[in-house]
Amino acid sequence: MANNTSLVSISQYSKEKLLEILDKAAKFEKNPNRKILDGKVVATLFFEPSTRTRLSFETAANRLGARVIGFSDASTSSTSKGETLKDTITIVSNYADVIVMRHFIEGAARYASEVSRIPIVNAGDGANQHPTQTLLDLYSIKKTQGTLENLKIAMVGDLKYGRTVHSLINAMSHFNPSFKFISPKVLELPTSYKMFCKEKNIPFEEYSELNEEVIADADILYMTRVQKERFTDLFEYEKVKNVYVLTNKLLENTKDNLKILHPLPRVGEIACEVDENPKAYYFQQAQNGLYARQAVICDVLGVDVD
Amino acid sequence: MAIENTEDKKEMKVAKLCNGTVIDHIPSDKLFKVIALLDLEESKNQITFGYNLDSKKVGKKAIIKITDRFLKSEEVNKVALLAPNAKIVIIRNYEVAEKILLTFPDEILGDVKCLNPKCITNNEPMKTRFRCIDKAHGLFMCHYCERVVSTEEIVLNK
Repeated sequence: MANNTSLVSISQYSKEKLLEILDKAAKFEKNPNRKILDGKVVATLFFEPSTRTRLSFETAANRLGARVIGFSDASTSSTSKGETLKDTITIVSNYADVIVMRHFIEGAARYASEVSRIPIVNAGDGANQHPTQTLLDLYSIKKTQGTLENLKIAMVGDLKYGRTVHSLINAMSHFNPSFKFISPKVLELPTSYKMFCKEKNIPFEEYSELNEEVIADADILYMTRVQKERFTDLFEYEKVKNVYVLTNKLLENTKDNLKILHPLPRVGEIACEVDENPKAYYFQQAQNGLYARQAVICDVLGVDVD
Repeated sequence: MAIENTEDKKEMKVAKLCNGTVIDHIPSDKLFKVIALLDLEESKNQITFGYNLDSKKVGKKAIIKITDRFLKSEEVNKVALLAPNAKIVIIRNYEVAEKILLTFPDEILGDVKCLNPKCITNNEPMKTRFRCIDKAHGLFMCHYCERVVSTEEIVLNK
């Protein structure tokens, strides 16, 4: 039953596979309108709302010539009547050629890939995985730096719960990076990821303060949002929420090639003045998601891109 | 309970087994969990349990003797989750025919509950699946939500 072309987790991709997907994404950036999925149906099942990700996937499908079916909120599906995920996936796999699924339950994508006849693309399963976000991050890094090899990456904010941070560390581990992790103590990177870096001989340093000195040698500054809902003690949240605010002043002595990435949505962690700074790249980064998702949809369907 | 008092030694002793499997040195408080884990409640074989027996190693120990059933290592390895120091021997004709060295199983299907309430296995009628990622420290990763649990934290489904 299991469909092995599904994309569930970024860790399933080898270095070669990652580079192959990024090459395909580059082709879509040159020409995003290719009707190579004419006659195919893409189902977007969003059990939790995520307008940005859904529109990105649906645009990708439309620009490839596929038709899109699906729902954007579980309350409009049979899940609200108590239907199991297995049943929903089984029914939809009778209609569509590929399922793009977002779910608030962790491991939902892995399970769906085991019960589905057609490939599943994980568009986020709770706090677990969101592999296409990582692919667009990688694409943005490669595009702005010309390479993925030997880069210095500073990651800032919620490193404990931020799944994009965890997946990016995993994916970048193929390319000899060095990391600086900058976070409040309560949101520091989990030990398992530090162990992962040590096992792979990836150098990293930890800081609790965001200042000019820490980011002076960085090639990529990966900002994340400190999410209020992650705190059981709101007093702790109030203490840390405004600690890491990136301003133009902080960026004055950074390297010329530095680019600022952010998985978005941003709240207060990047001052609006930075938007005009040539080092800001987060809006173009989001646009790159379209090309990365076009590449992934074609890949799981086994469709070549010329 | 086939437990007899040997008057001259004044100690508890469990009847000798002719053929079958002995699981010894189980901490007493884990006995009933081990019984559940091995599905012994469903067994039709004669089984002898000893409970709260004195042990120099573990204080109070328990023992299980299963007549005419010869457990294989892949069947008993999951006992390591509850009682990593248990000793398992196969008896043939009253003699020890084989000693099984317990190691953590590579994979556990269905027996362990995922502690993450947001894991799909706690929200869908399905079996759990854990993979051993560190045999030395007894760490297991949920195949679905990818959270890691140690043997000390493990909660059985039974």
